[in-house]
Amino acid sequence: MKSKSSTSSFQKRVALVGNPNAGKTTLFNALTGSKQKIANYPGVTVEQVSALLESDGVLAEFIDVPGLYSLDAVSEDEAVAVNVIHDQSVDLIVCVIDGSNLERNLFIYTQICALKKPIMVALTMVDRVESKGEKVDISKLSKLLGCRVVPIVGHKEKGMAVLKEAIFQELKNPTIPGPVIDRTEAILPLKDRLNRMGFDLSVEELKAKIQEGEPAFEHYFDQFPELRPDFLLAKEGLERHLDPSARYGWTSKVQKDVVSLIKKPLRAVSTTDRLDLILTHRVFGLAIFVCVMYLVFLSIYTFSQPAMDLIQNGFSALGKTLGGALGGSPILKSLVVDGIVGGIGSVLVFLPQILVLFFFIALLEGTGYLARAAFLMDRLLGWCGLNGRAFIPLLSSFACAIPGIMAARVMPDAKSRLATILVAPLMSCSARLPVYMLLIGAFIEPRFGPFWAGFTLFAMHFLGFALAIPVVFFINRKILKGKRLPFLLELPPYQVPKWKDIVIAMMTRGKVFVTTAGTTILIMSVIIWAAGYFPRYNVPPETKPEVAAQLQLEHSILGTFGKGIEPVFKPLGFDWRISTAILSAFPARETVVPSLGILFSLGNDDEKRDEKLTKTLSEATWPDGKPLFTAWTAVGLMVFFALCAQCFSTLATVRRETNSRKWPWIMFGYMTVFAYIGALIVRGLAVLFGGA
Amino acid sequence: MTTVSFGELKKGMRARIAESPEPKDEVLRLQEMGLIPGTEFKVVKIAPLGDPIEIDLRGYRLCLRKQEMTGFEVEILD
Repeated sequence: MKSKSSTSSFQKRVALVGNPNAGKTTLFNALTGSKQKIANYPGVTVEQVSALLESDGVLAEFIDVPGLYSLDAVSEDEAVAVNVIHDQSVDLIVCVIDGSNLERNLFIYTQICALKKPIMVALTMVDRVESKGEKVDISKLSKLLGCRVVPIVGHKEKGMAVLKEAIFQELKNPTIPGPVIDRTEAILPLKDRLNRMGFDLSVEELKAKIQEGEPAFEHYFDQFPELRPDFLLAKEGLERHLDPSARYGWTSKVQKDVVSLIKKPLRAVSTTDRLDLILTHRVFGLAIFVCVMYLVFLSIYTFSQPAMDLIQNGFSALGKTLGGALGGSPILKSLVVDGIVGGIGSVLVFLPQILVLFFFIALLEGTGYLARAAFLMDRLLGWCGLNGRAFIPLLSSFACAIPGIMAARVMPDAKSRLATILVAPLMSCSARLPVYMLLIGAFIEPRFGPFWAGFTLFAMHFLGFALAIPVVFFINRKILKGKRLPFLLELPPYQVPKWKDIVIAMMTRGKVFVTTAGTTILIMSVIIWAAGYFPRYNVPPETKPEVAAQLQLEHSILGTFGKGIEPVFKPLGFDWRISTAILSAFPARETVVPSLGILFSLGNDDEKRDEKLTKTLSEATWPDGKPLFTAWTAVGLMVFFALCAQCFSTLATVRRETNSRKWPWIMFGYMTVFAYIGALIVRGLAVLFGGA
Repeated sequence: MTTVSFGELKKGMRARIAESPEPKDEVLRLQEMGLIPGTEFKVVKIAPLGDPIEIDLRGYRLCLRKQEMTGFEVEILD
C-alpha cells in the first residue's frame, strides 16, 4: 500500500534495518539530518522516524526501523518494526550491519534475505575493525550475501554521499538476493519419490504442504506407507532452517571467510576494557556513577533554572504588555494574559529541563556510558521488573516528571518503559517544593524546629519513591502480563559522541513535546482559566481588590466545584478553599500557593504573599471556629500533594509518550487513590494522637 | 562431564554451553543471540552488585541476568 500523498506514484520507500547498537540511528541522522519527521505507530509506544530525500528526480522516504535482533519478533513493539520490513510498499531494505560484529549482525540478514525483496547492506564500524588489526573483504562479503555492500568509513560527508548514491542506484536497479541458507535439498528426495508416484508438486507447493504437517500427507501415507521416512527427513530438514544454530553456522562461516587479521592490534587490552576496569569497578565504578548522576540531576535542577526564570519573566512581561494594550476589555485581557500567554508560558517553561536532560542522555548514550550505568544498576532495579536504565528517568523525575517520562525512552522494551512512566510522577518533583516550603514554614518549623522541618521535607521526597517500588512490582505482575523477554544489554566500546546525534536528539524531543503535549497543556490552561473566571460575580462596589478576587473565585465554576466536593475532602481535614486550590493547581502544582493566596483574600501579586499566607493559614478556621490548619492538616495536605497526579502537563506527556488515552487515566486514578488514602491515614493518626 | 549453572561462573572463566532449556520464546531469543549448545564463551565481568554478567561470545559481548539464564547448563573449560 503506497502512501496517499499526491507524489506517491514516484515516491519510493527505503527501510533502514539492523541490530540495536549497529550504528543505525547515527547513520540515519548523518543521511537525513534535520529533515526528520516523527510519528507514532498506531496503538503502540513505538515512534516512526522518517525523512524524505531526493536525488535525480527520485523522491524516497527513508524509515529508521527500530533496532531488531531477529525477525521472529516476540514482543509487541518488535512486531511493529517487523511489519515495516514485511510491508509491500518498501522498495529497498538497507541492512545496517556492524562490521566489527559480523557473526551476530548477519543473523538477521539470514532472515531478511529470504523475503525476496530488494536488499543492500551498509557496513558500519569499519574503523573499529581496522583498529583491531582486521580487514573485511568487501567484495567477498558481497558475493556471499548476494547483494551490494557499501562500507561506511567514518560518518563524514563523503561516506554518506557514497551511501546515498548507492541507495538511489539500488532503487533504480534493485538486487534481490535469495535465501543464504537453502534447505531445498532437504525435500528433494521426497519430491522425487512423489514424482515417481505420479504427483507433480513444485518445490514451493511441497514446502507449504510439509509445513502444514502430517495430516496433509495422510492420504499419501495410506496409499504409499514407504513415503513416511522421506517425509520425516524433509520435515526435519526444513525445520532446521528455522533453527538459530543453522543460521549461526552460516554466519560464523562468513565471518571466517571475509575477516582476516592483517596486523597485530596496537594494544592487547583495548581502551574500552581499560576504562571499564575503573568505570564498572566495585567501588570506583559505583562512586563515579553516583557523581555522574548527581551532575545530571544538578543540571536539570539548577542549570536550567535561569532559562526557566527567563521564560517565566518573559511571559509575565509579555502578559503585562498585552494586558495594557487590551485594558478596554477585561474578559479579553484576562483570557490573553492569564489563559493564553500564561498557558504558553507554562508549556515552554518545561523546555529547558527537557533539552538539558536529553543533552545528557544523548551524551551518555553516545559515549557508551549509559549502558554501563544500566549494567551497574540492573540488580537494584531489575528485581521488581524494571532494568538498570530506569535509573535516569526516575532520577530526572525528582526535578520534573515531564522530562522524566520522556526519558523513559531509554528503556528498550515497551513493558518496562510503561512501568517506569507510570511511577515517574510519584517521585517528588520540584514544583511540589513551594507547597512543602509554605506548609513546613507555617506549621512544622515554628513549632518543632529545623530538624523536624528538614525531616518532613525528606520524608515527602522519600514517600513517593518508597511507594513506587511496590507499584512497579504490582504493575509488572498483574497489569502488564504476558511474555517477558530476557533483558539483553550490550556494553558498546566507548567513543567520542557525535554532536550531530546529540543536537538531533535534543531538538526532536523539544519539538515533540511542544507540538503534542504542549497543545493539550495550552488547551487545559485555558479551560482552567475559564473555570476560575466564569461566571462573573457581581462584586459590591468599594470592595478591596483582594476580597473581590476571592469572591470571584469562590463563585466561579472552579469554586462551586471545590465547594461541591468539600464533603469528599472533609474526611481529610480539607475545607472547600483547600479543595478549590488543589483543583486550580491542575495546570501546574506550584499554582496552589497563589490560589491559596486568592482564596484567603490576600490577592495574588503581593511580594510578601508567602509570609502573610503563612500567618493567615495558621489563623484560618472552619465555620464553627475550630482551626482549619493544624500541623496534622499540613502534613496531610503535603502527603496528598506528594502522591496525587494533580498536574495535567504530566498527564498530557503520558498521553503522548504512551500513545494512549488509557494510561493517563490509570495514572491519575491510582495516584489520586494513593493521595486520598495517604492523607486519610495522616488524619487517622491525627485523631488517634489527639492532634485533630 | 560435569556441568554447572550459569550463575556459578566466575570472572575470567571460559565455558561452553552444554544444554539449553526447553525452547520457549524467552529461550529462543537467547538462542538468536548465539547462546546455542556448543558455543564457547568467556566471562568478561560481573556487575558490582553480582548481576548481570557480561560474556564474550561469537566475537561480541553480551550482558545477561543470572536468573534469566536458568536452565542453561554450562561446562567450565578453564
